[in-house]
Amino acid sequence: MEHQETFDKVIGIIKPFVKNTDKLAGADENTRLLEDLGVNSARLVDIVLAFEDEFDIAIDDEAADRVRTLGDAVTVIREQQQ
Amino acid sequence: MDRRVVVTGLGVLAPNGHGLDEFERALREGVSGIRFYEKLRELKFGCQVGGAPQGVEEIKERYFSEEQRFSMKSTVISFGAIAAVDCWRDAGFEVPTDASGEADFDTGAIIGTGVAGIDLMCGYAGPTIDAGRARRMGSTIVEQVMCSGVSARIGGLLGLGGQVSTNSSACTTGTEAVVEAYWNIRAGRAKRMLAGGVEGESHYTWGSFDAMRVLAANRNDEPEQASRPMSASASGFVPGSGAGILMLEELESALARGARIYAEIRGTNVNSGGQRQGGSMTAPNPFGVQRCIRAALDSAGIRGEDVDAINGHLTATMADPREIASWQAALGVAPENFPPINSTKSMIGHTLGAAGGIECVASVLELDRGFVHGSLNCEDLHPELEPYAASIPHETREMQPRVVAKASFGFGDVNACVIFGKWNSPDDN
Repeated sequence: MEHQETFDKVIGIIKPFVKNTDKLAGADENTRLLEDLGVNSARLVDIVLAFEDEFDIAIDDEAADRVRTLGDAVTVIREQQQ
Repeated sequence: MDRRVVVTGLGVLAPNGHGLDEFERALREGVSGIRFYEKLRELKFGCQVGGAPQGVEEIKERYFSEEQRFSMKSTVISFGAIAAVDCWRDAGFEVPTDASGEADFDTGAIIGTGVAGIDLMCGYAGPTIDAGRARRMGSTIVEQVMCSGVSARIGGLLGLGGQVSTNSSACTTGTEAVVEAYWNIRAGRAKRMLAGGVEGESHYTWGSFDAMRVLAANRNDEPEQASRPMSASASGFVPGSGAGILMLEELESALARGARIYAEIRGTNVNSGGQRQGGSMTAPNPFGVQRCIRAALDSAGIRGEDVDAINGHLTATMADPREIASWQAALGVAPENFPPINSTKSMIGHTLGAAGGIECVASVLELDRGFVHGSLNCEDLHPELEPYAASIPHETREMQPRVVAKASFGFGDVNACVIFGKWNSPDDN
């Protein structure tokens, strides 16, 4: 899967958890989930579970803790896919 | 300072109607919200009928964002949130579109429930945990099954900064919430309080009552006739669900912002019968009931004959005649002078923790809009109630009550009573 394809899927997965939906249109790798998109910190668990289901991977707690930005999410997902 | 407390907003999501106009029409026309549930037949319930709000998923989509709905899978949360938003708007406020800005430190919420999040706990969390998949459940279980889940959700949606809490006292819950919120304002701790009760829709709750043999099990083929308070053929209550929430407000605050005032809360009381003198976990001590009503009248500064109408607890069990006997003793009026009394449960079933909330909304609507609704299914009046026959309307009476008394009684032998009075602006006097 190409990097951009993973990024687009991440956006789709995160979308239901985003409060600041207007920020989603211009989101890039540096966009922060909590601060920029207004995701409730508790929902990071749900987002990671959704990543696991979508990409058929397992993300451990240490890796999950590294997900701060959209770029982090893509990185963690691609690491687990290798 | 002797603060007066008035009602400036109402929200209701009942089995026979959503919103004030639909609910009022249902009350006036005697529309039953009791339906047959195939699932209850499949599960071999004795009572296979119940009351639940209709069209809730569609309402949720209109009211809440996808992000908000993600943690609204338990019906107690969604019912409460819908009624609270309705009440908030009815009181003249806008629902915040985002979480920026300060909390509203002048407003709190006491929103009670009988059984919190049981649908999600029994239907999803329990089986998932037992299957060794606890870590796959996601983040939203605790906030939906904790007892205070419903008030917490409402507090966040509306940005409330006063006390935000859930009370629970079985079937007294909703009325007790109104009393507690009233005292919050009287004590000067808040200008406004959302108050009321919510009960989720769950066959796990209903099944637990079915196990006690206290539900109506003999009218599954006639659901709209199954809830029969005050009837000789009453055989138990019909379980229900929904939400009823009131905005209580300090009079000065209401006047200052030009709010519409539906009613004044003239007096209140909460007590317990101590499970003595005939009372038990499941039956009220009649002396406790009478003391509660009398104390509410005293706090309102009125006499029994000043009560123009009563919205009873009246669930359709053997306790109905005893309840009316207690009302009569507490009011101190002869049966021929007894005020009209009705049972909203004849239309919506017993909505448990929501009952007091929904029935307080009904009581305030009756005061504000000038009627006393009839009770369904008691044409065959219980023989002990014959002396009160003239006071038990079967169809809506157009009248202008100035004082409506509402009481609720619950397992644990707990009681609550609220005296609502018609409020006239000084300009009208």
